[in-house]
Amino acid sequence: MHPLLEKLLSHTPVVTDGAWGTELTKRGLPPGEPPERWNLDRPEEVAAVAQGYVQAGSQVILTNTFGANRFRLADYGLAEELVTINRLGAKISLEAAGGKAYVFASLGPTGKMIFAGEISPVEVIEAYREQARVLAEAGVHGFVIETMSDVQEAQLALSGVKPLGLPVVVCMTFDTGPESDRTMMGVTPEEAAQILTESDADAVGANCGTGIERFFNVLERLKKGTNKPLWLKPNAGLPRIENGVAVYDAIPEDFAEKAVQLAYQGAAFIGGCCGTTPEFIRAINQRLGR
Amino acid sequence: MQEYQALYDAIVKGDAKSAREVTQKALEQKVDPMHLVTTYMIPAMAEVGRRFENNEYFVPELLLAARAMKSAMELIRPLLVATGAKPVARVVIGTVKGDLHDIGKNLVASMLEGGGFEVIDLGVNVPPEQFVKAAREKEAQIVAMSALLTTTMPGMKATIEALKQAGIRDKVKVLVGGAPVTQRFADEIGADGYSETAAGAVAVAKKVLGLN
Repeated sequence: MHPLLEKLLSHTPVVTDGAWGTELTKRGLPPGEPPERWNLDRPEEVAAVAQGYVQAGSQVILTNTFGANRFRLADYGLAEELVTINRLGAKISLEAAGGKAYVFASLGPTGKMIFAGEISPVEVIEAYREQARVLAEAGVHGFVIETMSDVQEAQLALSGVKPLGLPVVVCMTFDTGPESDRTMMGVTPEEAAQILTESDADAVGANCGTGIERFFNVLERLKKGTNKPLWLKPNAGLPRIENGVAVYDAIPEDFAEKAVQLAYQGAAFIGGCCGTTPEFIRAINQRLGR
Repeated sequence: MQEYQALYDAIVKGDAKSAREVTQKALEQKVDPMHLVTTYMIPAMAEVGRRFENNEYFVPELLLAARAMKSAMELIRPLLVATGAKPVARVVIGTVKGDLHDIGKNLVASMLEGGGFEVIDLGVNVPPEQFVKAAREKEAQIVAMSALLTTTMPGMKATIEALKQAGIRDKVKVLVGGAPVTQRFADEIGADGYSETAAGAVAVAKKVLGLN
C-alpha cells in the first residue's frame, strides 16, 4: 500500500469532504458556468467551500479541478488557462487545509467517448498526465479520478497519473439500471473493481449515483472485485427542482447514519457528492464520536 | 422478415459494415428502399430500444446500433428523397444554453432517426432563439431539448417562452429530457412530452403528434 494511504488508514474510516459544485452554485456560480473558472475569478468563494470542509473535520479535501482537463476546458474556451486553473485549485485547497487535512486533487471525465472514436486512448493518457503534473507540482498529496462512467477511460487516466508517484483513488459512478448497479456503459461494481485493481489503483470506489441507499449493494459488490481500500462518496439523493433551483431533501443526520454504516461494512473513506454540505461531514464526524 | 433479415441483425448487433453491405446489395437488386426502412431498420431500432429499456443493452451497444443504422441510411436517404417519400416528422433537437453535454441528446437523435424521423441536430449550448429560428425555417413539428445540469434546465422554459413570443408555440410539440428532468418538471414548464430514456423518446414523439 502507498505509505500515505497506510498512514491515513491507520484509523478508519477516513472522513473525506462533501460536494463542491452544488456549494459553489449556492454561492452564486451562474448556470452553465464551469466551476473551475472561479479559481481565477472568485478564489475567495472556492476557498470558503474548502474551509467549510476543513472546519467540519474532513481529513481529506479535494480541489476545484474536476473539469480542468484540456478537453473540458476547451469546451469553455479556457484551454489556455489549464495550468493556472489547476495550480490555483491546488493552492486554494492546500491553504484551506493548512496541514490539518490532506488534499487529493479531483480529476473528472473528459466528456468524450473513447469507444465512439471521439478521442484516442493516447490523448486520454496525455490529458490526465498534463493536468496531474501541474497539480503534483503545486503540492497536492494524492489524486481522485472520479465520476467515471467508462472503465476504459478510468484505466487510461490512472495510467497517465500513476507514474507521478502519488496515491491514486479511482471511482466510478453507478447510476444505471433499476438497481443503480451499473455504469452508464453497463459495467458492474465487481467488474470495475477488478479491472481497476489490476490496473494498480491505490484505492477504488464509487461516487455520485442516485442516493446513499444504493451504495450498500454497490459496496458489497465492489468488495468482491478488490481487496484495495474502498472510497465512497454518495450524493444526497436526486434533487427536486423548485423555481428552477435544485433542492436536495436529504437530512445530514440521516445521511451520516447510513454513511457510518457503510464504513462499518468496509468503506475506508467516506464522504459525500452532489447536494452534500459541510453539515453532512460534521454529522458523520459526530456520529463517529470525533 | 426474411430476405434481408441480415440488415435487421446487423443493426441489432451494431455491425455498421454489414448493415451497409446488405443495404447496398438490396438496392442493387432494386428492392424498394422504403421497404428496407419499414420492414428491417425501424423494427431493428425498436428491438435495440427494447433491450436498452430492459438493461440488456447499454450506451455502447445503443450507439453502435445507431451508427449501423446511419451507415445504411446514408445509402437509402438520397433514394427516398428522389421518390418524394416523407419522414414521419421533422424534429429540431439540441442541448439547451449553458449545457455542453451531448451524449443523451445524441442518443435521442439516433433513436428518432431510427424511428423514421428527420432530425435536425443543433448541437449543444443552444439558445432559445436558435431553437425558434430552426423550428421556423425547417418547419419542424417537434422541438426536442436536453439538459444534464440542474442549473441549465431553466433554458427549456425560456425556449418554450420564446416559441410563444414568436407565435409558433401551437405549430410545434415540445419534448424534454435529460438526467435531472422529470415528468413533473415537464408539466410545470408546459412541455408536451417527456421520456425518461432515449429509447422511449420515439414512442413519446409519435404520441404527441397523434401517431402510433
